[in-house]
Amino acid sequence: MNSVKSNSTREPLVHLSKRVEISPVKAWLIRIAAFIVGMIVCGLVAIALTEKLQQNPEKIADFYNCFIRGSFSTTRKLWKYLRSTAILLCISLALTPAFRMRFWNIGAEGQTLVGVLSAIAVDFYLGGKIPEWALLLLMLFAGLICGAVWGLIPALFKAKWNTNETLFTLMLNYVATYLVTWCIIKWVPNGSMSLGKLKTGKLPAVVNDYLLIILVAVTLTVGLYIYLNYSKHGYEISVVGESENTARYVGISVKKVIIRTMILSGALCGLAGFLIASGLDQSVTTESVGGQGFTAIMVSWLAKFDPIAMVLTSALVSMLNQGAAQISQDFGISGALPDVVVGIILFFIIASEFFINYEIRFRKTDRNVKEVKA
Amino acid sequence: MKKFAALVLALVLCLTAVVSLADGIAKEDVKFGVILLHDEFSTYDLNFLNGVKEAAANLGLAEDQVVIVPNIPEGNECYEKALDLADEGCNIIFADSFGHESYLLQAAKECPDVEFCHATGTMAHTEGLANFHNAFASIYEGRYLAGVAAGMKLNEIKAAGNLKGDAPVIGYVGAFTYAEVMSGYTSFYLGAKSVCPDVTMKVQFTGSWYDETEEKAAAEALIAAGADLISQHADSMGAPTACENAGIPNVSYNGSTVDACPNTFIVASRINWAPYFEYLYTQKVNGEPIAADWTGTIETGSVVLTDVNTAAAAEGTVEALEAVKAELIAGTRKVFDTAAADFITKGGEALNSYIADVDTDPAYTPDTEVIADGYFHESEFRSAPYFDVQIDGIELVNTAF
Repeated sequence: MNSVKSNSTREPLVHLSKRVEISPVKAWLIRIAAFIVGMIVCGLVAIALTEKLQQNPEKIADFYNCFIRGSFSTTRKLWKYLRSTAILLCISLALTPAFRMRFWNIGAEGQTLVGVLSAIAVDFYLGGKIPEWALLLLMLFAGLICGAVWGLIPALFKAKWNTNETLFTLMLNYVATYLVTWCIIKWVPNGSMSLGKLKTGKLPAVVNDYLLIILVAVTLTVGLYIYLNYSKHGYEISVVGESENTARYVGISVKKVIIRTMILSGALCGLAGFLIASGLDQSVTTESVGGQGFTAIMVSWLAKFDPIAMVLTSALVSMLNQGAAQISQDFGISGALPDVVVGIILFFIIASEFFINYEIRFRKTDRNVKEVKA
Repeated sequence: MKKFAALVLALVLCLTAVVSLADGIAKEDVKFGVILLHDEFSTYDLNFLNGVKEAAANLGLAEDQVVIVPNIPEGNECYEKALDLADEGCNIIFADSFGHESYLLQAAKECPDVEFCHATGTMAHTEGLANFHNAFASIYEGRYLAGVAAGMKLNEIKAAGNLKGDAPVIGYVGAFTYAEVMSGYTSFYLGAKSVCPDVTMKVQFTGSWYDETEEKAAAEALIAAGADLISQHADSMGAPTACENAGIPNVSYNGSTVDACPNTFIVASRINWAPYFEYLYTQKVNGEPIAADWTGTIETGSVVLTDVNTAAAAEGTVEALEAVKAELIAGTRKVFDTAAADFITKGGEALNSYIADVDTDPAYTPDTEVIADGYFHESEFRSAPYFDVQIDGIELVNTAF
């Protein structure tokens, strides 16, 4: 079709064509190049916006070093880095079954937060009254069930009335936040709006306070990989994601798959909530999840919904976040700049996927065309 | 003999060196780590940031002697960050938000050699840890002074016959029904009442420390309900903006809003944290212990008023405030004066006894008698405020928070 037209109209200077296939080496080279370019650009932006860097341009090395120092400079930071990665990974994994089904669940923030809230509610009312192991077990169940319910509600509406799941799950995030506010007002009568750290319901230390959460994340990664790739459920999820009509044709109950998968997705978010509640804060605030539910969407997407690749993407995003915090500490910049830096780098990485999928072709010069014709 | 004398001299020198080391640490070894809930875009955190910067300038600290860490949430992250700062050599670690306290306390238990200081907290006096401290300021004195300026303005409006109703009414925008806020608006009201006896006050809560839209809406609602003057305990420009738009006088908090509100801003009170940071430094260098609870006052320079905006304030405000301030410093005037007739009453009765919740416990039980010698002893049993009595003359429009 194109060749016919090219006789009458000029071919555009640049045009894009979908790559048929690309070698993994080339794909990775493009990704690494994107990361490096992103780093360079954010260095330039930082110089443009920071007085300290303008006065001492040699400090730009320190600036880049922050990404290393933020996560790896002490043993404590390394453990903390691994644990933050583990929590982010858990939430990202939780989203993945829904995403594979093309169910755009952007409610991980709320599903995780109700997980935290319900676990802390159990701790608040029963802490010290029953043995610690029973308390932890109840907190875990509460987190799983409430997370599952928070995922089930939009799934039911989607399955019954075909409501838009993106808006629905987004709105439930706000409901979860206000539910936390309501509980805190109820639980803390002196009006300080701060529950403080509870004395019970602490996840036991395995070697140290960090390892258990990391082990949970590793187990979950392997488990979900097997579930999605080697189980009948996983296959059904993929078919529904590809085409609901095909799924119906082969006799898969689409409604059932949507509901079952969202229960799983919500429950895993609830598990992450339980880990935050018992392994980290032993308290709940509206900021307990701190936006990780949204970051997880990107982590899952960057990994192309592959649990194993998600280990890498969550490790990367986590490193960028810790690095950004270090930048704000070392350079006395607060507020937006660290977020801008992380945003720029991620933007380049996401953009690189475009260049992996598409090829840019430039119009051949007239001389070349003639040569070809000749 | 000479050798022996030299030996003795050397020994004496060594001993004095050891003693002076045990006493305190060298000035250049003091290193502050300051944990903030948000960053400089929050007026609350900005006030701490300015305090530590002012102290660093006054003390001549080098740049690397102050590490500032913004955006630390009230959770495990605060504990981890405090330990990171200790790893980096900080020996005085400070956190600025109420919810940071239990996590900072956890870090304090693990690092006995580092001082942990927490603003607005309540646990230091009951935990009894040598290296964990609370601090606040007697900001109720500043509120009282600001209230005097408000009362004088109301008298002026009344004399000109411009009151909206029969008696002067103050509108107050509060964040939560929390002792810090209640102590603040009550002392402000009492300051106004001390010069304008028939004043009453309406308080509307927003349920947030920072919500510009809500604060503006609350101020507008109060103005519509007949308030002749507005003040607030919330961190945004919401209420001052509403006042400037409506031409209603405003007494502000945390800092001057005169640039944005040249016609309506009267005066503002605020806590200056620089004296506390200077105190911490001095104690550390001298090897003296840091108080479990430290309450900054007008005298220490911790409670300050901004310049009075003479374009909006009543005549003679500056002089009157100086006089009242002198009485507060001398102790001849008490803010929560329960002995004065018809000044502080609850249900028409004088307030002669009150058990406040001073010690932190899970059930929030009142535990300490705080009225004695004819006044309510605010911020004496611990630094954070505990005045939470609802006195006559103040109407709470909503109490959901």
